[in-house]
Amino acid sequence: MDRFEIRLSGAGGQGMILAGIIIAEACLYEEGLNVTQTQSYGPESRGGASRAEVVLSREVIDFPKVIKPDILVALTQKAYNKYYNDVKDEGIIIVDNSIELSNIKVKTYQMPIFEKAIEEVEMKLSANILVLGIIDSLINQVKSSSLKKAIKKRVPERTIAVNMKAFAVGKKLAEGGKIDE
Amino acid sequence: MKDKIKLLQGDEAVVEGAIAAGARFFAGYPITPASEIAEGLAEKLPIYGGKFIQMEDELASMACVIGASLSGLKSITATSGPGFSLKQENLGLGMMIEVPCVVVNVQRVGPSTGLPTSPSQGDVMQAKWGTHGDHPVIALAPSSVKETYELTVNAFNFAERFRTPVILLLDEIVGHMREKVVLPDEEDIEIWNRKKPEVGPENFNPYEETDGLVPPMPNYGEGYRYHTTGLFHDRTGFPRGTNEDAKNLMDRLMAKIEGNMDIISLYEEDIRDDDEIIVLAYGSTMRSAINAINQAREAGIKAGWIKLKTIWPFPVDYIKEVGRRAKALIIPELNRGQIIKEVRENVFGNAEVHGINKYDGTLIKPEEILNMIQEVK
Repeated sequence: MDRFEIRLSGAGGQGMILAGIIIAEACLYEEGLNVTQTQSYGPESRGGASRAEVVLSREVIDFPKVIKPDILVALTQKAYNKYYNDVKDEGIIIVDNSIELSNIKVKTYQMPIFEKAIEEVEMKLSANILVLGIIDSLINQVKSSSLKKAIKKRVPERTIAVNMKAFAVGKKLAEGGKIDE
Repeated sequence: MKDKIKLLQGDEAVVEGAIAAGARFFAGYPITPASEIAEGLAEKLPIYGGKFIQMEDELASMACVIGASLSGLKSITATSGPGFSLKQENLGLGMMIEVPCVVVNVQRVGPSTGLPTSPSQGDVMQAKWGTHGDHPVIALAPSSVKETYELTVNAFNFAERFRTPVILLLDEIVGHMREKVVLPDEEDIEIWNRKKPEVGPENFNPYEETDGLVPPMPNYGEGYRYHTTGLFHDRTGFPRGTNEDAKNLMDRLMAKIEGNMDIISLYEEDIRDDDEIIVLAYGSTMRSAINAINQAREAGIKAGWIKLKTIWPFPVDYIKEVGRRAKALIIPELNRGQIIKEVRENVFGNAEVHGINKYDGTLIKPEEILNMIQEVK
């Protein structure tokens, strides 16, 4: 497998960095891939822009950051505006449906991420794990079981059930999600 | 084997490396992007019978680390730019009274508060000249999480072997990046410990040159009378105020480092016989350099790379020799050009020297280095 690049972007506190770590751990420990996971965030602990990046490869990874994402997740308008143009032509964008899309050039999946997190999972904070469910059904670089295992290892024990639900809701959403092309 | 494979941040690799090297004391004050080192050691040190203390500030932290090391514990502190500035005075004390310890600086963009969460290599010259006066400096700069682990062990070994503070210069990318590390088995790690005196307390002088330039060092409280001072001193550790003592001590402090370049100077190179363009880098910038060189070679360009792991002392003889065989050297740095000055001085007109500099908190991209390679070829 050649270099595969994922960028997860949103606001500080939305759990994008944790989602990045989970993907990285799933790919390293379960799939045996080389990974680098980096982050970029502001000095504030909540709010501000937050970005987590994961690079996957069978080869040694030299440049550790995303150059052109294969997948971009954008949970805020600000993040979408900043990054949608970076995505590879054959890449995909996953956004919340509160986001106004502009100039769609790549496959864009717009979904009610926060709405489902609130209504079906009953925890808005689970949106990051819900996003992992969406990613899982759209890519084949990592198995569902690997991601689930990594989630269970990373989230607080008492929240495992709710996070597993968020993951399932995300998967379901992706399978019937509205697609703009 | 499997549990030795870990996804670690560079900061976490410092923790693992420090524990493996035998560190048993940390004093510090939290600061982004180095806080994970304090966090990790706060958890791990007590398990290994060590001590962790969060001090009131960086000045006290550095003093505390020196005191702990004099008492016999391998000691470490970790900080970033603003805290590194505050540690400078006591860092000089550590060099003057020859106290083994490791000072980690996970570089962020300065000056002042700067960009607290973004990478920089702006403290390279500060590592060399941050404390006043001439002084011996060893500074190491890892470019990956694996190297961070290895160089942390090296840092403790150099500190113990040469009785001096060692600076470990990470940058935010290396400190916060997570990647795969295979932790070595304990028996595969080479550990150096400070040389203890072979004479009894009655015949002991704390700064005696017994064999070699590094005086043996008992622990405070072991019964050896032991006076230290930041003043120039003689072998008894007391100041006599003579110009001769000042010169002798300075010469020995410098010689114990400069005379051991073959041990201290760590670098790697990938230069083929006919390579004309050489990219010299260190820290996270190295990652972009290797990517760019691989692309250049695919395009048939004769280019190679040098990775400095020890940046201070600077490998003067090696770079002079490289300057004689290369056509051009390219030095990418996340600052306005710091190591490039050392390269220029030593290449001295034999090869062209070009810098690529970024200081806005972003990394230098491989294509930026590739463009420069194509320009100078």
